Amino acid sequence: MVAEDQVWEALEEIPDPEIPVVSLVELGVIRSVDVEDGHVRIEFTPTFLGCPALEFMKRAIEEKVPGAEVQVIQDDSWSTDKITPAGREKLRAAGFAPPAPRLVQLQSQVHKCPYCGSTQTRLENIFGPTPCRSLRYCESCRQPFEQFKTI
Amino acid sequence: MNEQALLGLADDEFVLGWRESEWTGIAPLLEEDVAFSSIAQNEIGHARAVYELLVGPDGDADALAFDRQPEEYRCAPLVELHLLEWAHTIARRWLYEVADEIRITALKDDSDAAVAGLAAKIDREEAYHRLHAEMWHDRLRDEPRFQAAVEELWPYALGVLPSELRGELVTRVGLAEVEAVERGTHTDDLAPLWEEMTVVRRSAPAGAQW
Repeated sequence: MVAEDQVWEALEEIPDPEIPVVSLVELGVIRSVDVEDGHVRIEFTPTFLGCPALEFMKRAIEEKVPGAEVQVIQDDSWSTDKITPAGREKLRAAGFAPPAPRLVQLQSQVHKCPYCGSTQTRLENIFGPTPCRSLRYCESCRQPFEQFKTI
Repeated sequence: MNEQALLGLADDEFVLGWRESEWTGIAPLLEEDVAFSSIAQNEIGHARAVYELLVGPDGDADALAFDRQPEEYRCAPLVELHLLEWAHTIARRWLYEVADEIRITALKDDSDAAVAGLAAKIDREEAYHRLHAEMWHDRLRDEPRFQAAVEELWPYALGVLPSELRGELVTRVGLAEVEAVERGTHTDDLAPLWEEMTVVRRSAPAGAQW
């Protein structure tokens, strides 16, 4: 019989379809895993509602954990604060500035370059290649970069 | 929250998403091409989430989105208007976002937890649409062409909200309340848009798999 931690381990192997350096678990979109009498129930929270990868993620979970019931929860229980510390570091290493914690972003508008760490960066576009990203430019190392939006 | 009001919200986001997507590839600035495409995608995602809430776990959200006749849509006339002119497009973006924020803020306190939760999620994303709209409003507010567009669209903007929420819109926009172009009526611009957005679905054989 499958155990909860085995389900979590399986889910850790599913990469985000658009930013594959992080897994769905690191992205924080798996809200819960319940196993009862061999029946697996997984609660999944979408990131951005307009994200075209949502259906893909749901299907990837169903394929990885055959027979599992995947329930999509459309409330505001996911925010970018749910991204794990390991996930944030992987984003940064891949050139995506991780989202500032919500509390910090409300108090400051400082955005760090993921390449050189400089805070001398400017907004190029609130919107980017996917709904979850903005485009910024680093004045110090002259590198454009993508900023994960805080929501 | 009654279902008709939720359907109005979903239809507003759905139809406006189509309208905003009309700028894809032809916006006056590359940055705006990206912005309008992204906003359109988000609005249609919000519409889908509300349609899904309305039809329930076993329902067909696509059927609700696409299988109605034009006159059955509950969208506000503001979102139907075909506005391929920048001053009017930005005026609508800004007016819509101000009205939508008032509506979503009210929905976050809805007694139905599913409605309130979804409204809170939508609100987090709309914050970025508002930033974009405010940035353009700050840039154009002193331009006579923009001011004329805002005044022209003002009766339509009032029609986005139920009468009890209009006072706040009047305060925020700073124009006097006038007779609204009410939801439930439609402009001549809706039918051609409906033809376009439903053409693939109408032409597909029943039971087609995508």
